Amino acid sequence: MSSTLARRDGLRAATMISPAYIWLTVAVFLPLAAMLFFSFLSEAPFGDREWFVTAANYMEFFEKGFYLKLLVRSLTLGLVVTGFCILIGFPCAFVLAKTIKGRWREALFLLVILPFWSNSLVRIFSWAIVLRGNGVIDSVLDLILPFEVSVNLMFSYPAIVIGLVHSYLPYVILTSYLALQAIDDNLIDAARSMGAPRRMILWRIIIPLALPGLIAGAVLIFVPVVGSFMEPRILGGRSGTFFGTVIEDQFVAVFNWPLGAALSFILLGVVLLILAVSSPVLRRAQ
Amino acid sequence: MAMGRFLERLGRVYLGVVLAFLYVPILVMAVMSFNQSEFYQLPIRFTTGWYEKLWNNSEILNAAWSSVWIACTTTVIATTLGTAAAIAFFRYEFRGKVILQALLFPPIAIPWLITGTAMLIFFFSIGLGRGAPAVIIGHVALALPYVIVVVTARLRTFDPQLEEAARSLGASSWEVTRSVTLPWIASGIIAGALFAFAVSFDQFVVSYFLAEPGDSTLPVVIYTAIRKGFTPEINAISTIIIVISMSLMLLAARYANFGGER
Repeated sequence: MSSTLARRDGLRAATMISPAYIWLTVAVFLPLAAMLFFSFLSEAPFGDREWFVTAANYMEFFEKGFYLKLLVRSLTLGLVVTGFCILIGFPCAFVLAKTIKGRWREALFLLVILPFWSNSLVRIFSWAIVLRGNGVIDSVLDLILPFEVSVNLMFSYPAIVIGLVHSYLPYVILTSYLALQAIDDNLIDAARSMGAPRRMILWRIIIPLALPGLIAGAVLIFVPVVGSFMEPRILGGRSGTFFGTVIEDQFVAVFNWPLGAALSFILLGVVLLILAVSSPVLRRAQ
Repeated sequence: MAMGRFLERLGRVYLGVVLAFLYVPILVMAVMSFNQSEFYQLPIRFTTGWYEKLWNNSEILNAAWSSVWIACTTTVIATTLGTAAAIAFFRYEFRGKVILQALLFPPIAIPWLITGTAMLIFFFSIGLGRGAPAVIIGHVALALPYVIVVVTARLRTFDPQLEEAARSLGASSWEVTRSVTLPWIASGIIAGALFAFAVSFDQFVVSYFLAEPGDSTLPVVIYTAIRKGFTPEINAISTIIIVISMSLMLLAARYANFGGER
């Protein structure tokens, strides 16, 4: 009796769950497998083109310094953006979680998170409007400064960093805020009542306890930044060539899909490595 | 103590500066959509002309229509499939559950550039190619994990004994779901649906690789325009998009956080 019940439950569970997972399989997991296959082809197998299996696409990555250099450039960009996000975001999360109370805190928190859930392309575009020469920045500086200045940050490395920090800052604020909120205020009060200086409280209590949240935020920023292409394209102009933009080129401009697939897969490898290394911390942060 | 007061005030100023960093560019972009000058020259001379121009821009109108109906279709499919999966996860214990739940993270965690290009390769290989069906398949896959996570969070507040009570009174499995479970988690489902809509409506990368050239969604048209050279018309449509997506998220936050406490 109980075994037939269990079997019926199993059947029900399967019918409710399988549509979602069949969908994910068709839309995500099979495509990733197809991409792996493609990355070992000499030629995209469409039409009557001749193709054979080869590792040449991967050899090209390792032999031509060009792609390797771009990957390093993208990883560096990821570190720079993540660094700025932590430096700017953690203090912000601290102020929110520990000094502001009640309804104000909820409202301000929502206000910080809101842009993150809005359209990222439009937000990058908004920086293109702000940063262009003869634009808003110049006019504001003219009002403040007694002499003429011309700031043109558009199409530069700093522009890309600013745009990406703007895009991903809410992530680190969100994860740090959740971690900081979980710290018992009594712990801080106890340390203070025993005469611990502010700096000691920060380095010995707050930062160690908030570290999992901070690292989770850092990983969540680093991974998409390494794979970004739209932001460097719009804000970087000619200085906006990164690993992501080269992958984009293979699919929309050069039409060398097998090479694009190999580069995508190398990027996926890097991403999975980062996620695997940080997964114990990420799990703790949940 | 005076020092503490000072630091607290400094913290608030700092928070204000960060909020300004987050919002001022968006405001500048929005203000410029009301500026007459095609070359973004200051000072601002007010006009609503760029919004009127939008009405006659068939490319943008088509893209807007595509964006909306693709987002609606995505929402219906992702919410239905996601809610069913979330309820099953909640109700039944079975082997492999942890693995299945872990499989929800790759679609969120892998950069969209990788998923997007992989989808392009696969859909071409099976003969589907580019176009709205491909875009919808992709969007639903990206939205599903969010729906499952949000609905699961709401289900945590639900007492399984309510289902047992209904069942012991003779309700069938479907009746239990329809008249006990679904009403309780309605706010979670609404929040999940809003998330799904936003994921699709704001999605650029996957649409960019999967949409047919000339028949794309709004973000793809905007991206192309930005790269070719643009006028404040793009500011106007961008302003409309950001207002819509922020309102959606405010609504979702309401349902996700405050819907639970009755």
